[in-house]
Amino acid sequence: MAPRIATSAADAVAEITDGSTVLIGGFGNAGQPMELIDALLDCGAKDLTVVNNNAGQADAGLALLIKERRVKKIICSFPRQSDSWHFDAAYRAGEIELELVPQGNLAERIRAAGAGIGGFFTPTGYGTLLAEGKETRVIDGRGYVLETPIHADFALIKALKADTFGNLVYRKTARNFGPIMATAAKAAIVQVDEVVEVGSIDPEHVITPGIYVDTVVALGGEK
Amino acid sequence: MADVRTTEEKLTRDEMAQLVARDIPAGAFVNLGIGQPTNVSNFLTADQGVTLHTENGMLGMGPVATGEDIDEDLINAGKIPVTELPGAAYFHHADSFAMMRGGHLDVCVLGAFQISQAGDLANWHTGAEGAIPAVGGAMDLAIGAKETWVMMSLFTKTGESKLVETLSYPVTGLGCVSRIYTEVAIFELRDAKVLVRSVHGISFDQLQAKVPVELTWA
Repeated sequence: MAPRIATSAADAVAEITDGSTVLIGGFGNAGQPMELIDALLDCGAKDLTVVNNNAGQADAGLALLIKERRVKKIICSFPRQSDSWHFDAAYRAGEIELELVPQGNLAERIRAAGAGIGGFFTPTGYGTLLAEGKETRVIDGRGYVLETPIHADFALIKALKADTFGNLVYRKTARNFGPIMATAAKAAIVQVDEVVEVGSIDPEHVITPGIYVDTVVALGGEK
Repeated sequence: MADVRTTEEKLTRDEMAQLVARDIPAGAFVNLGIGQPTNVSNFLTADQGVTLHTENGMLGMGPVATGEDIDEDLINAGKIPVTELPGAAYFHHADSFAMMRGGHLDVCVLGAFQISQAGDLANWHTGAEGAIPAVGGAMDLAIGAKETWVMMSLFTKTGESKLVETLSYPVTGLGCVSRIYTEVAIFELRDAKVLVRSVHGISFDQLQAKVPVELTWA
């Protein structure tokens, strides 16, 4: 089924309710769907579990969701940055739960969820604090840790453009987590600069096939 | 300089970066960690044909972007705007880390808090009370590349050796480091031995007196 074309960012995120698990794309600010996050802030949903590489920068996007204490738990690889002051304050106050995951395991756990994989053994993290309490196995002489998929209710993603079938193309390193997050959520909500007619994206250039995309909103763009 | 076994002066940071750059094989795929390792890219020559990988989804990363070349959609792992070189490729995060974990990168160069004689690496967390932990791609990089090299100062501010018998800081990866570049010596970790390739501003005996693991000339 073709995705719903939302009329605004607010319309796009309207179904997100309290307690949802939300994958949010972006590595730092590149690929972070700022307008969708702002709309999520406005819609009032709280007690969210958020999955992102980071825990917000400065006073925009994810950082504001954390500032407003709408995120009960964050699953990320790199929360502490020079400008992660809203996360730092919430964490030190004991008002946000942190699940710290090595970045490649974070990506692979999201990919596994989208690919129907129930778990995988990864060498990353073996013998470290981040593997404590997890099942391990030695395979061909090398130690591995069992990691499980990260499923989500929603994914908020930024792409460059979509066609009306929901096929997506991204831009440069802003692609980062977008393609895997689109696969791992029950509903993938995508903001793009423009929505184009079916047939105007070369099938060879499609990065995320429309099967994974549920809602698209065109927000225009400078580029 | 790479063939010199002793120099009277310590290596500067640029000299360390230059030595690392010279040791990278021609045509290699390389990931340079944040901090000192990033400086290595300034000493790679076009003839070497080295391709730089950045964990956030790119091969063929070029120099830091300035002026009109700055593009917020084109950044490196340190979130600094960079440029793309001819032949560059973009890919998503799971592919980027599969590239590391799958052993497709030839070399990664990282910083470190401590390294054990067995090549165990600590570089993500001091374990200090109240510190907010962050790991990023450190654990994937440490165990993923074919070779993991470290650049660091050999001694802490209070003079203790960062090359140790066993780690006291939390582990990043076990048995992963094969080479260590410091301002006073370059080490190779091979066959359960710590080999000294060169010494700088210090004699072998003085070095041995300050480092709590048995050293052997390479």
